[in-house]
Amino acid sequence: MLYAILCYDSEDVVGAWTKEEDDAVIARLRLVEDKLASQGRLGPVARLLPTTSATTVRKGREAMVLDGPFAETKEQLLGFFIVECANLDEALDAARDFARASGSAGAYEVRPLGVFRPGAVRAV
Amino acid sequence: MTELAWIGAALTSARPRAVGALYRHFRNLDLAEEAFQDASLRALKNWPQNGPPRDPASWLIFVGKNIAIDALRRQGKQEALPSDERLEAPDTDLAERLDASNYRDDVLRLLFICCHPDLPASQQIALALRVVSGLSVKQIARAFLITDAAMEQRITRAKSRVAAADVPFEAPGPGEREQRLTAVATMIYLVFNEGYSAAGERDGDGARGALCDEAIRLARLLLRLFPDEPEIMGLTALMLLQHARTPARFDADGGVVLLEDQDRGRWNRTMIVEGLALIDKAMRHRRRGPYQVQAAIAALHARAERPEETDWAQIDLLYAALESLQPSPVVTLNRAVAVAKVAGPAKALAMIEPLADRLAGYFHFFGVRGALLLQLGRTDEARVAFNQAIALATTAAEAAHIRMHLDRLIKDSR
Repeated sequence: MLYAILCYDSEDVVGAWTKEEDDAVIARLRLVEDKLASQGRLGPVARLLPTTSATTVRKGREAMVLDGPFAETKEQLLGFFIVECANLDEALDAARDFARASGSAGAYEVRPLGVFRPGAVRAV
Repeated sequence: MTELAWIGAALTSARPRAVGALYRHFRNLDLAEEAFQDASLRALKNWPQNGPPRDPASWLIFVGKNIAIDALRRQGKQEALPSDERLEAPDTDLAERLDASNYRDDVLRLLFICCHPDLPASQQIALALRVVSGLSVKQIARAFLITDAAMEQRITRAKSRVAAADVPFEAPGPGEREQRLTAVATMIYLVFNEGYSAAGERDGDGARGALCDEAIRLARLLLRLFPDEPEIMGLTALMLLQHARTPARFDADGGVVLLEDQDRGRWNRTMIVEGLALIDKAMRHRRRGPYQVQAAIAALHARAERPEETDWAQIDLLYAALESLQPSPVVTLNRAVAVAKVAGPAKALAMIEPLADRLAGYFHFFGVRGALLLQLGRTDEARVAFNQAIALATTAAEAAHIRMHLDRLIKDSR
């Protein structure tokens, strides 16, 4: 089985950490990652950039692009894609393609990654 | 992370909202700051025992308000309170928690009083760093390279000017909000430039350089309150893209490394990615503004993996746009650098000659002029320009950079 472990915290508080504090937290997390990686159990690892850099594509007959992160609480996180894009417009094009293809309600939040390590686990 | 560090970060992040709300209640900056301070002390005692509250800012506002009201009562000053509003029941705090627009205007008001037009720029920055960012007087004094006492005095003066200026407390209308936002953006960029211009100088504990990070943090705060303002996206992007280059801007001896000569591998990729995402977002609004245009220029530099790949023609167009938005001889001077790349040094030189009077005291004018003359092979005139630049240099690094050009000229002429 593969599990995703998603990180939630107050962005304001994490943003107020000093660089040393941030580095220290990341270093401790890396130890856990390293242990999992040495057992061949670590898949992709990503750190998202702040929600201020996010754009949201609301699905609908005509997909709507909104500034800011996805903020609804009545919808849940169901999955994600990592897509290589030259700029935001390319990312939004991809999100619109997904929106058209899915045909259901909901939204895609488009947010750049600050850190990405692809990792290595088998496909499911 | 230790518990203390966590609480410290929580207090820092809650500060603008909490002090902003307390300021609205007490209409007195000192009282609001004291109330926040007292509530923070209580948090240091209470949070480790009971665990951190779900919403630290609301907790601090509620506790801070009560402490301050008790103190005022003890001093028998309750008559001096302007309205019953201060003695409101705890459920108003619940309402407060739900009222995002209140929160937004509180933080904006707090930022806005710091950049009141009556305050000179140096006082604006100091006040914002003290009141909004919560840096200690000592930390700010270090960043400005002045004594603690002088900084204390500067902040006290700024506070009394703000009190006299009488900023209205009602929620601002859209026009007023827009104006406040513009003033606040300017102030945040001032904080950034204070740190940016200091980079590379002897800055033992990094107090000045840290101002860049603080300015970016304030811009993100503003952007979270006003998520669809393209100029605030532009400002944040501009600062991220400029700050990303900091590790490459100076050599080991503190000498200036020009953009073209910088080791682009040392640029901070994370900041660049965030800056690019933000400028892309801003441009989608098609409401051009000076911060966006400057960020777009910085983005073109950031996107070029090697200096030869820089899209100078596009940069020239963007500077032309900036000239029409914000005409200034300095913008034209910057444009001339792009023009030199696209159309050659003669054209660029012709463009800056008319600026000579207005930029007679500006280091960069003579630096650019000297470099253009040198490219045209007019070495004697170049030498004169470089000497003028050295006379006007404000930092040792600037002077050293021009001296390098001069040394090369002397060597070539032998």
